[in-house]
Amino acid sequence: MRQLVVIGNGMVGHRLVEAVRSRDTAGEWHIVVLGEEPRPAYDRVALSSYFDGAGEEDLRLPDLSAHPGVELRLGEPATALDRAARAVTTASGAVIGYDALVLATGSTAFVPPVPGRDLPGCHVYRTIEDLEHITATARAATAAGAGADGVVIGGGLLGLEAANALRLLGLRPHVVEMAPWLMPRQVDEGGGAVLGRLIADTGVTAHTAAALTAIEPGPGGAGLRVLLGEGADQRAVDAGVVVFSVGVRPRDELARAAGLELGPRGGVAVDAACRTSDPAVYAVGECASAGGTVYGLIAPGNAMAEVVADRLAGGAATFTGADTSTKLKLLGVDVASFGDAHGTTEGALEVVLNDAPGRRYAKLVVSDDATTLLGGVLVGDASAYAGLRPLVGRELPGDPLELIAPERGAGGGIGVGALPDDAQVCSCNAVTKGAVRAAIAEGGTDIPAIKACTRAGTSCGSCVPMLKNLLADSGIEQSTALCEHFAHSRAELVEIVLATGIATFSELVARHGSGRGCDICKPAVASILASLGGGHILDGEQAALQDTNDHFLANIQRNGTYSVVPRVPGGEITPEKLIVIGEVAREFGLYTKITGAQRIDLLGARVEQLPAIWARLVEAGFESGHAYGKALRTVKSCVGSTWCRYGVQDSVGMAIRLETRYRGLRSPHKLKSAVSGCARECAEARGKDFGVIATEHGWNLYVGGNGGFTPRHAELLASDLDDDTLIRYIDRFLMFYIRTADRLQRTSTWIENLEGGLDHLRAVVVEDSLGVAEELEAAMARHVAGYADEWRGVLEDPDKLARFVSFANAPEAPDPTISFAVEREQPVPAGPVPLGMPAPAGSGPR
Amino acid sequence: MSTPTLPVRTALPWVAACRWDRLTPERGIAVLLPDGGQVAVFRTHDDVLYAVGNIDPFSGAAVISRGIVGDRAGEPTVASPMLKQVFSLRTGHCLDDGAVRLPTYAVRVRDGVIDVSTQPDEATT
Ligand code: SRM
Ligand SMILES: Cc1cc2nc3c(=O)[nH]c(=O)nc-3n(C[C@H](O)[C@H](O)[C@H](O)COP(=O)(O)OP(=O)(O)OC[C@H]3O[C@@H](n4cnc5c(N)ncnc54)[C@H](O)[C@@H]3O)c2cc1C
Ligand code: SF4
Ligand code: FES
Repeated sequence: MRQLVVIGNGMVGHRLVEAVRSRDTAGEWHIVVLGEEPRPAYDRVALSSYFDGAGEEDLRLPDLSAHPGVELRLGEPATALDRAARAVTTASGAVIGYDALVLATGSTAFVPPVPGRDLPGCHVYRTIEDLEHITATARAATAAGAGADGVVIGGGLLGLEAANALRLLGLRPHVVEMAPWLMPRQVDEGGGAVLGRLIADTGVTAHTAAALTAIEPGPGGAGLRVLLGEGADQRAVDAGVVVFSVGVRPRDELARAAGLELGPRGGVAVDAACRTSDPAVYAVGECASAGGTVYGLIAPGNAMAEVVADRLAGGAATFTGADTSTKLKLLGVDVASFGDAHGTTEGALEVVLNDAPGRRYAKLVVSDDATTLLGGVLVGDASAYAGLRPLVGRELPGDPLELIAPERGAGGGIGVGALPDDAQVCSCNAVTKGAVRAAIAEGGTDIPAIKACTRAGTSCGSCVPMLKNLLADSGIEQSTALCEHFAHSRAELVEIVLATGIATFSELVARHGSGRGCDICKPAVASILASLGGGHILDGEQAALQDTNDHFLANIQRNGTYSVVPRVPGGEITPEKLIVIGEVAREFGLYTKITGAQRIDLLGARVEQLPAIWARLVEAGFESGHAYGKALRTVKSCVGSTWCRYGVQDSVGMAIRLETRYRGLRSPHKLKSAVSGCARECAEARGKDFGVIATEHGWNLYVGGNGGFTPRHAELLASDLDDDTLIRYIDRFLMFYIRTADRLQRTSTWIENLEGGLDHLRAVVVEDSLGVAEELEAAMARHVAGYADEWRGVLEDPDKLARFVSFANAPEAPDPTISFAVEREQPVPAGPVPLGMPAPAGSGPR
Repeated sequence: MSTPTLPVRTALPWVAACRWDRLTPERGIAVLLPDGGQVAVFRTHDDVLYAVGNIDPFSGAAVISRGIVGDRAGEPTVASPMLKQVFSLRTGHCLDDGAVRLPTYAVRVRDGVIDVSTQPDEATT
């Protein structure tokens, strides 16, 4: 048996031990791990999730001491290395001999030598302890009122992550960057400008081209004062916390003292086998300098760990450099950089799309003859990353500008068909196009099958559009079937219902489907029946089709309680009604919050409380706000010409008119709207499915906008409309959408997929090119005439009311699993409900 | 019913839930057990009754009774209303995650009243 000593129990040291253990089945190696940190290895890459509530256990990597033949010595750093004696001395004085030694000591955060850098309140961002200290300082600073600002020195990747952390701690974050733009290592000047705007939008103040000169105690001794620049240009930022994030330095001190060769920029020099100048000593991860480069990312470190494990098992694996492409979401902002992002290759050309108002920047670096892709930068929208990254070093399938043009986006547009089989399509799981094609050839006919077989698409998901294209390319028609029970798409089912007049799910599934339905087709059919037929959504068989939100006319929350959102058309509300909402909340102990859509949410109601809550609200003149339904949500408004000195039309009046007209309208997905009183657009109408903006002459109608997962601005459908024409066009637009869209397709994607796109839609709505306008308007008129408040419908019907019980055998008994804590003087669900984390099998009620 | 292996905390092995005709086809109800536990009882389209634990193992919330009933390849199912995982009503197995299972309970109708066993079936504890 031989002894392997590993110095450092960080991410790469951990990976190395796992890799050796999985190869060394004969038990040839006994492994001693020396760790300086007091705790077992954890996921440093995910460190920031600590501020989102992840605990040490969530970050912990798999336990190494579970392996026989691994001895973990935590909190015991190596202090000296005697190469002649092949022995390591530790802080506790132990001397441990080795046959092979691996240095995996990582790096330390660099703190520039400025005056005041050691003052209390200054921190780095590398370990769990650092995060604990930052948290403690931030808490103390806010408690002492020493400024609610926090400063991060360094505007790179990590600096922005740290800024987000400060924000989550309740501080106003500032970032100081010496270069003229943020993330200078990843993005170029143009990308940096767009990034700067996007970051400013998130509330982070960036001080670029700013040099830190000193840190002093804050005014009156509280907090810190950060001084930037010199002389007349000097500025000061007062802060409770300062975090340094200007870069890292490899921890090569042991190697240096032991006379091992170092790299040109520090780090322990290693060859392709990851061996140092002493053949018995290897170095991996951030402390190693491979081919003169110190990699600050986890993937190259892991690759090095695999190489060393292979070598220790007698193999000949090599490390020849690594891809440093990155795609990140920082503060909710997409940034990707890949290949030769800075265009340093001789003769390289750049193709740039700089859409500053759209907050989008894309650059491709191509060879001098514009045939080969060398690299690129994407800011604001990185959806093309998955398609572009595998093309690096290969021939471009077409016009480079085409590849980054906005309408292409989704990565799938970049002819994945043109890629050779060895190109990686899923970079997260290193799956090649060939492997995906093999999976298809072996009978994988849909995305879930490909995921299960190759693991492609199972991590970040950005390659899924390409997988779909590969499926389509191999002639496999992507089914538009709703689910296993219906071979039809939603639009086809609408046609069937319209043509046959079928009014129940049972009949529809018996005549046009198979089986008994599921949680996909039942609510979808319920929605179709409701949009076409009307009637209360809990009438007869319909009740059994609704998901829990529609079934209880309220939104389920994580602890099984529900929220209640009364309709407040246009956001206009009288003091009397506000008081009633307050009284109801107080009486039933509900948490209240102003929503993002100009109304008030009352949360934490138990099922059996809902009717009593509505009774109070309905009595005061409120109606259901349909926050639970795939239906019209709200029509937001600004104050408009009634009050605002700039307003040119009565935006509140129009918003109320629209909301009252379309309330209760069931649709393929939720519908949102807004009306602004002038082009300043305070109601954010262009972020809505249908948005209306006042002009001197009437109204402009915009369609197809949304926030959410993929934000899109609505586009102009028609301008300067009078009130009645506006409403006629919206009637047609909405009914056309309801009849032809897919399940859960917002208006934006519907328009995108409509043959002929916006132009076709305009022809249908404005010019009545299909001759259906009258029919669509009549359908809307039926909806308007048939509208009735759903809450009132329940209160007036004892059969419907009978459902609102906690238990069939104890109708008023509160669910014993629901309990509340108090946060900021309001009730909130007690204890974290571990969403997404299954309890052990069979752990049922006891 | 087989002999319970758990300590019996109540003298009654069955608890009355409600009248059979109160249960809408293809929908569930929640039943409170004397020991504070909860069972979700469902009536499917063919008038068969199923009873499984009411606590959703993925969210910890007592909501299974409010899920949508249906079938997957003929197997009667309920989908959790929280994160939509689908469970077999017959066996309690989660069809989206093999490691997770709801306990199942015996259920019967006597004189028009639905009774639920106060103890889960042994195999599912
Ligand atoms: C309550 C509220 C947050 C708040 O406290 O402000 C909220 C809460 C929820 N949103 Fe939202 N959204 C709320 C405003 C928004 C907005 C802002 C707005 O409407 O102006 C957006 C972005 C605008 C948009 O939709 O285009 C928004 C985009 C989403 C999305 C993403 C939609 C998309 O197309 O990408 C979802 C997920 C979905 O619907 O599939 C969602 C889903 C949800 C759900 C229903 C998730 C769920 O199933 O539990 C949340 C529960 C609602 C509830 O009451 O229990 N929520 N949500 C807001 C309710 C507004 C209201 O009065 O009705
Ligand atoms: C907040 C944060 C976010 C990051 N995000 C990303 C990301 O998104 N993507 C990415 O690729 N990378 C990211 N990184 C970088 C990534 O974490 C590192 O590349 C990776 O952790 C390097 O692993 P390592 O084992 O080489 O070093 P480390 O993880 O630093 O581990 C080295 C360990 O050795 C110990 N040690 C040092 N000297 C001794 C000694 N003499 N004796 C005993 N033990 C010693 C140290 O205490 C430490 O525990 C991030 C880093 C941070 C801090
Ligand atoms: S959109 Fe126009 S009218 Fe409305 S509040 Fe803003 S400036 Fe005033
Ligand atoms: S690229 Fe992330 S899952 Fe495939």
